Amino acid sequence: MNNLQVFTRGLVKENPIFVLLLGMCPTLAVSSSAFNGLGMGLAATFVLVCSNVVIALLKNLIPDKVRIPAFIVVIASFVTIVDLSMQAFTPALSESLGVFIPLIVVNCIILARAEAFASKNGVLGSLLDGLGMGLGFAIALTILGGIREILGDGKFFGFPLFGENPTTILLFILPPGAFIALGLVIAFVNKFVKKTA
Amino acid sequence: MTYFNIIIGSIFVNNIVLALFLGICPFLGVSSKVSTSVGMGAAVVFVMTLATLVTYLIQTLVLIPLSIGFMQTVVYILVIAALVQMVEIILKKISQPLYQALGIFLPLITTNCAVLGVALLVIKKNMPLADAMVYAVANAIGFTFALIVFAGLRERLALVDIPKPMRGAPIALITAGLLSLAFMGFAGLVK
Repeated sequence: MNNLQVFTRGLVKENPIFVLLLGMCPTLAVSSSAFNGLGMGLAATFVLVCSNVVIALLKNLIPDKVRIPAFIVVIASFVTIVDLSMQAFTPALSESLGVFIPLIVVNCIILARAEAFASKNGVLGSLLDGLGMGLGFAIALTILGGIREILGDGKFFGFPLFGENPTTILLFILPPGAFIALGLVIAFVNKFVKKTA
Repeated sequence: MTYFNIIIGSIFVNNIVLALFLGICPFLGVSSKVSTSVGMGAAVVFVMTLATLVTYLIQTLVLIPLSIGFMQTVVYILVIAALVQMVEIILKKISQPLYQALGIFLPLITTNCAVLGVALLVIKKNMPLADAMVYAVANAIGFTFALIVFAGLRERLALVDIPKPMRGAPIALITAGLLSLAFMGFAGLVK
């Protein structure tokens, strides 16, 4: 498998949310608007790329028996960096994502990539893998956030699409709407994307 | 009265799975049978209560006095992982039947974001220790309750003819959405 395939695989064919169904908690919780989704996606991408690179560098130094705790410490360190940076530079976004920023540490995608890819491959491959998976996650979150924001709020990235006070389906920005919207999007992916891939 | 509010509030109004979206992975993963969801629920009650107690004490006795609050995430996840491992070893030694019942669910709990989520939320909400413990137990019960109700629905769902693209995750998510909608009926029960 060449580097290009490593990178593009996470975007569509093995999209972490729509195909692998990993990282459901942040997906459902922060996708109430496209902006929140994008913010969470980029934060997770940063952690994923950094932890993949560091783990690829350290893979020969970490004893096999304690590799999972070691991976978790590496991931938690980068999550802390993201958490503190977001509190400092984007306080509003940090406020709306809330407890889900520190919870990136238990996001299954990140540990799964560390265990399945970075611990067995070189630095460049791990970097591309992290970038591809992270962007796939960010794109999926933005799409889901966009759908929910358009249907539930009549806006996209905060811009009103249907004029003042449009009639919207409020359900979609409430918690039940998250489950229903994600279920429908995955069904759509199953029907139209998986078949051609 | 306030404890009552916390309990009803976390089990019904702001259910940890259906309104706060914590612990979705085990919620979707182990909810295909009622019996396994009871086991998973019991393990979560056990670990969540213990983890919240231990991380709360570490936060107030170690991290704040030393002003190293930025280590929160790293310390919490390590404490939870160690705790789960310890509970597993202790259970294996002292109670074989309990270990048989909960054993396979324990490793899964380390990556259950509900446990870390509740530990972080009680700190964020500045709860006193007693409130925090009630909150942890109530949320664990809320998690178990949602899991068992959902498993009951999925057992029936397995017998139904579903369009092919909707099978598996999509129909499970939509069912969860309807369940979440039903739980919204409890809003207003407590302020």
